[in-house]
Amino acid sequence: MDDFVEVMSELVGLPIPEEYREGVVANMERIHTVAQFVLEFSLPDEIEAAPVFEP
Amino acid sequence: MTIPDATQIAIAVRNQETSARSVTAATLAKIAEQNQIYNCFTTVLSESALEDADRIDQKIAAGEDPGALAGVPFAVKDLFDVAGIPTLAGSKINAENPPATEDATLVKRLKAAGAILVGALNMDEFAYGFTTENVHYGATRNPHDLDRSAGGSSGGSAAAIAAGLVPFSLGSDTNGSIRVPSSFCGVFGLKPTYGRLSRSGAYPFVGSLDHVGPFARSVRDIALLFDLMQGHDPSDPVCTTRSPEFCLPELSKGSEGLRIAIADEYFAKSAEPEVFAALEQVAQALNVTQRVTLPAAGRARAAAFVITATEGANLHFEELRTRPQDFDFAVRDRLLAGALVPGHWYLQAQRFRQWFRDRVREVFQEVDIILAPSTPCVAPRIGQQTMNLDGQEMLVRPNLGIFTQPLSFIGLPIISVPVKRDGLPIGIQIIAAPYNESLVLRVAAELEAKGIVAAPVVDRA
Repeated sequence: MDDFVEVMSELVGLPIPEEYREGVVANMERIHTVAQFVLEFSLPDEIEAAPVFEP
Repeated sequence: MTIPDATQIAIAVRNQETSARSVTAATLAKIAEQNQIYNCFTTVLSESALEDADRIDQKIAAGEDPGALAGVPFAVKDLFDVAGIPTLAGSKINAENPPATEDATLVKRLKAAGAILVGALNMDEFAYGFTTENVHYGATRNPHDLDRSAGGSSGGSAAAIAAGLVPFSLGSDTNGSIRVPSSFCGVFGLKPTYGRLSRSGAYPFVGSLDHVGPFARSVRDIALLFDLMQGHDPSDPVCTTRSPEFCLPELSKGSEGLRIAIADEYFAKSAEPEVFAALEQVAQALNVTQRVTLPAAGRARAAAFVITATEGANLHFEELRTRPQDFDFAVRDRLLAGALVPGHWYLQAQRFRQWFRDRVREVFQEVDIILAPSTPCVAPRIGQQTMNLDGQEMLVRPNLGIFTQPLSFIGLPIISVPVKRDGLPIGIQIIAAPYNESLVLRVAAELEAKGIVAAPVVDRA
């Protein structure tokens, strides 16, 4: 994840100061873990993201 | 002494039993005396409030209609635009912005109904938090126990009601920011259907999930406020074009004819026993034993988490790039990480939202109202890092919204009601299908009439 944060932050043009790096990596790891919970769930192809969400 | 609610104050002012000026002056005096205890306000608008109050009194003297909220003082989370002051949104960065040139839509509508704006209220920086422990403006203290958090991110809005500083306020709720502080401070808080109330002039956080709504100490006040604030606003692209449906005339119907169930599985674990005891108190009063399951609620929370980090980071990208040191440390690292989220994760979370919405719509074919806890615990101590739920040690800050996050994710209308009990406050969510605010308010009104829920003022005078 250290490498991902380094490469991605450079790609998107968002330098991460050294003193925040540990916190950002920890948060990225948390987002990654949480996101897996969504990503492992299989969705039908016809489900689209709504441009304006209709509750 | 019973402190009047907004409805009572407006009646007294309209009947000239008191004046808008004397109500407003008394409110400003109480804020001046007690705000240092709670740290609710970031701005107090003494001069303009008294001028507005005088205008209401002049209208009454001239025989004109002063509005349904004549002379009722209120305050708003400091992310609502208020003409003449910068909209802080709990940040140091936005303090450099020029003053807002006009009031947010909801502030305009409330003022047009005669309400008197007395100030702006503390919050988590950029609304990204559940505790209102703000590094720039200090922590807001819970009126029920000053060592405890008021909840967040609309902590100032809830604490100001519990402390009796104002009878009503406005807040915003992206993942639980109205319902969590309502629960901890023991007040009523309404998060309406997504898009039901205009967000125009409310500083955004996560456009896909942002809602705005009122806090108050009675159900009739919440209903009145909601009714006065409804209506299309073309300046908010998400605001519904539906006609307003007024809730106040519906309250007396109570829960009659409504199919009510308790949320099971995901919502029936990971909380302190006293939370489930409070839920049981509410269920018993309504004779509810049926249970329903919202499928994949945990994944809904996860998807809301991913969307929040990504959209929040997108909004603040330029400041994150150029001045990360000026963010609250509790917010900064989460936003920096959010800026690096792969597009696939974000889109999958958005698509999951549609799937989850469809499943929950099916559940609402079988029931009209669902009950669930608002928070997994009572208010944590200010600075508390971890808590123990179901024998599991977990971080406090990210987990206070476990029961609120899956529901705002799909924009359901929900009121958090304060259960009458010994000990610290606990709120219960009354949840309905989209646009059925009147149903959640009817059930809340019945519980209030039965003495099961109440929002007493903590008076330290």
